[in-house]
Order: sequence, then C-alpha cells, then structure tokens
Amino acid sequence: MSWLTDPFATGLQQRALLEVLLLGAACGPLGVWIASFRQAYAAESMAHAMLPGLVLASFAGVPLVAGAAGGVLLAAGLVGVAGRDERIGADTGVAIAVTGLFGAGTVLALASDAPARLQEVLFGDLLGAGDGDLVAAAGLAALIAAGLLAFHRRLALAAFDSASARGLGGDPGRAALVVLVLIALGTLVAVQGLGNLLVVALLVAPGAAALQLARRLVAALLVAAGLACAAGVAGLVASYHLDLAAGASVAGCAVALYAVSTIRSSATGGSGGAVSRSKASRWPISSKPVRTRSR
Amino acid sequence: MLRVAGLSAAYGDGPPVITGVDFTAEAGRIVALIGPNGGGKSTLLRAVRGEIALRTGVVEAPRAASVPQSDRSRLDFPVSAYDVALMGAYERTPWYRPIAHGDRVAATGALERVGLADRANALFGTLSGGQRQRVMIARALVQDAPLLLLDEPFAGVDARSGARIESLLLALRDEGRTILVATHDVNQARRFDRVLCIHGRQIAYGPPADALTAETLQQTYGGELIMLPGGAQAVAVDHHAH
Repeated sequence: MSWLTDPFATGLQQRALLEVLLLGAACGPLGVWIASFRQAYAAESMAHAMLPGLVLASFAGVPLVAGAAGGVLLAAGLVGVAGRDERIGADTGVAIAVTGLFGAGTVLALASDAPARLQEVLFGDLLGAGDGDLVAAAGLAALIAAGLLAFHRRLALAAFDSASARGLGGDPGRAALVVLVLIALGTLVAVQGLGNLLVVALLVAPGAAALQLARRLVAALLVAAGLACAAGVAGLVASYHLDLAAGASVAGCAVALYAVSTIRSSATGGSGGAVSRSKASRWPISSKPVRTRSR
Repeated sequence: MLRVAGLSAAYGDGPPVITGVDFTAEAGRIVALIGPNGGGKSTLLRAVRGEIALRTGVVEAPRAASVPQSDRSRLDFPVSAYDVALMGAYERTPWYRPIAHGDRVAATGALERVGLADRANALFGTLSGGQRQRVMIARALVQDAPLLLLDEPFAGVDARSGARIESLLLALRDEGRTILVATHDVNQARRFDRVLCIHGRQIAYGPPADALTAETLQQTYGGELIMLPGGAQAVAVDHHAH
C-alpha cells in the first residue's frame, strides 16, 4: 500500500489531498446540475473569463481566490451584457466577451514585469495550497453545499419540467441564476488547485459521468461527489509516481472517469443511468394521430 | 368555481392571441376546451394560471393544479414516477423540512389512483406516453387543488390510457373539482359537461348540445373541418406538428 501512502507523506501533500477532497465534494454534485441545466458552456466561459482578475491578483501579490472573485464578477457582468445582444445571439456575445477577457488577461500576464506565476494561474498549483487557501476552499465548499441543499427541490423542479415549475413552487429563471452563482463559487474554490484552464474538467466531467451511472437524482449527486474525490486522489497519486503536473493529472483523471462511464453506459445499453443516451437523444416527439374517427 | 370575464390576453406587446372569453364553470363541472392549433387554447390555460398578464378582463380562479403535456419534460432526468408525483408536495414543504409522511402516502395513493402503483419505482423516461401523462395527473392530485387544468392530456396517448384518463377525470369531477381540459377530440368533448370553443376569440360556451353545432364547429375549425356524411358528426383534422 506504500504506493498509495507515499504520495501523501509530507504536510504539503496532505494539504493537497485535503484540497482535492474539498474540491470534489463541492464541484462533483454541482456538476450534476451543470449538466442538467445545460450550463457547461457557462461554466467554461466563467472560468476562462476571470483570467484578468487572476493575473492582477498575482501582480498585487494577493491570494488568487481574491483575484478570481473580482474576475468572476467582471466576467459575469460582461457576459450578462454581451449575452443580451439579440442581433448576434447569446452564445456569440458570450464567446466574444470571454475571448476578449482571456486576451486581456494574457496581455497582462505576458507583460515584461509580470510575476512569473502565469503557469500557476492557468494550470493551478495543488501542492502550493497554503493554510489560507484551504480555509477559503473549505468556506466556499460549505457555501456551495448549503446552496445545493437549500435549493435542491427547486432546482429539480426547474431541471425536470421548467414549464410547470412555477405552479409547483419553483421558478425556472431563479433556478438558472442559482446554478450560475454556484458555478461562480465552484470556479473560485477550484481555481487555486486547477487554474482557470483545468477547473472546468472537475466541474463538468464527474457530474456528467454520474448522470450516466446513477438511476436517481440523490444517488447521482453522491456518485458525482465520489467520482470527483476519486479523480482528485488518483490524480495526486499519478502525479507523484509519474512525475506529472498535479492539477493536470486530476483533470485528466476526471475526464478518464467520464470516458469509462460513457463506455460502460453504452456497453450496457445505458441501463445504469436514468435513460440510455440513445433514448434521451431521441427527443420526445408528440405523435398525435390524424383524427378521422366518426364517433 | 372558475369565472373568466371579458378576457383578452397577449404575449408582450404583440396582438391579442385570444379575446372576448367569458364563461363560468361551477365546481363539479368538467369543461372541454376545443379549438384549432394556434387558436389560443394553451394561451387561455396560461392566462387562467396567471402566467401571462391579461390585456383586459378578470379571472377568478381557486388554487389550480396543472397537467402539462408530458413531452415537455426532460426524459433523461433521473426521477422515478414516485419522485414526480411527490413534486406535487414541494410547494407546501419548506426547503429545510423533509417531505411529510402524509405527502408520501398521498403520492403513493395518487399513483394507485392513476393505475400506476406497480410502476412507482420505474424511471419517468422509461414509461410510455400514456403512463407519463398519468404520472403528471398523479402529481396534480398530490397538489390537491380544487381546479385542474389539463393541456391536451389525450395527445399522443394510446386508446387504453386515454379511456383511463377520461374516466379518472369524470371521477375527479364527481368529487367536486372544477376541470378545464383542452382536447382535440370533438366527440370526446360531447361527453363532458360544458364545451368552450375558441379560435382567437370565444365562439361558443355551454352544454355540448348547444355549443357543438355545425355552425360553431365551422367557426371554430374553419377549413380544418370535415363534415362527415350521414349525420351532424364533424371531425377536426389535426395538422399538428410540434
């Protein structure tokens, strides 16, 4: 078992372990809602668009999470404004805003007097997590968990049947907003460890995999948390033994778990997940008969 | 009781989709809402639910439970028939409380009532169209509202499920509920208590014998109407395409 314990021998490594477990517990279940609300693009946009905030934080020497918070606020504002331009459509508007922000962040990061932390900003630094980072991650993870618990039923109503949600005590517009806010919080938790390029993997892959494996909603949320934590631990172990970058290994493991669950789900005809993918993609088409009855 | 007076409704600043709707449905009455596609049936149901602002008129309605067309829901969402029925209790359950035992019993009872007790644990997406529609009705039963609004519950449903839904609606009517049900089937409408014909405006309202005449059907369906020889039977040809 030393191959499993060796990677966590030092305090540095143990802090990294704690960090990935916190990330997994928060981001995994959130991913189920990101997939259910079809918000993966928003998650990716927000993560990429906060680059200027991260770079400015590293200029100023403040914790990355502070810069990320500012960056996410700026990104959310711009994405909101750009997404409203109906002439070009929301997706195009968001894409322009996001690449604009990412470009601005890159220009800042490549300036001659920039601190040499661009790599950390882009790809994260799991093994560099300090006590402050851990406390911030724990606080944000607790906030996400509280949000998921408080809004669980309302999210389920809106995700399952948004047209009738209002009559059942839900509000689809507000539910979508809650998911966006939680994505912003999830991005903040994960950016220290995974950087703004890799954070999306942990936000999206375990949740999508869990939806293929679990048959019920609560089970999917728990499986997603388990998969995300497993990806975190496996990534750290792989990074130690194979001498790979820690954040990239975690992201790679998350994606690998998704690939395995997809293969398993298609091999078993999708019987593991709620409904086989082939059936789900065959979107329900009303088959009203032509009426020619006489009585 | 459901009272609608002088109602016209529109989406945003657009032209009214329906105007001049005036009717009263007493408790214990089942009202068939008929009209062509795009004639304003769904818009009227939304106006009664309070989902769109009225241009003119008033709606006096008790608490309502809605049964949507089941093909509007997500079939790949991981919920069972029982989970969906239980959603009818969400509105009265604060987020920090678990669902009450009584509501769980009600959800099981509602599934029994729609004839799906043995499918309670089946995933919603694996049920047939008629079964899904019945689960949606079970959800409305758990809401336990005096007014039921159903948007074409017979569309895309096999004959057996259709007959089952119809007799269930009649039983719910006999419990004193008011039921407004949009349907495409003129002959089915003849079996209900009242018929409301709309096509952009109210064409007729009353008992089937009065509201379903050759003239009102012609006005309601226009060119989509085929008069069959050998009687006053008229049939609406459905060009529906979602």
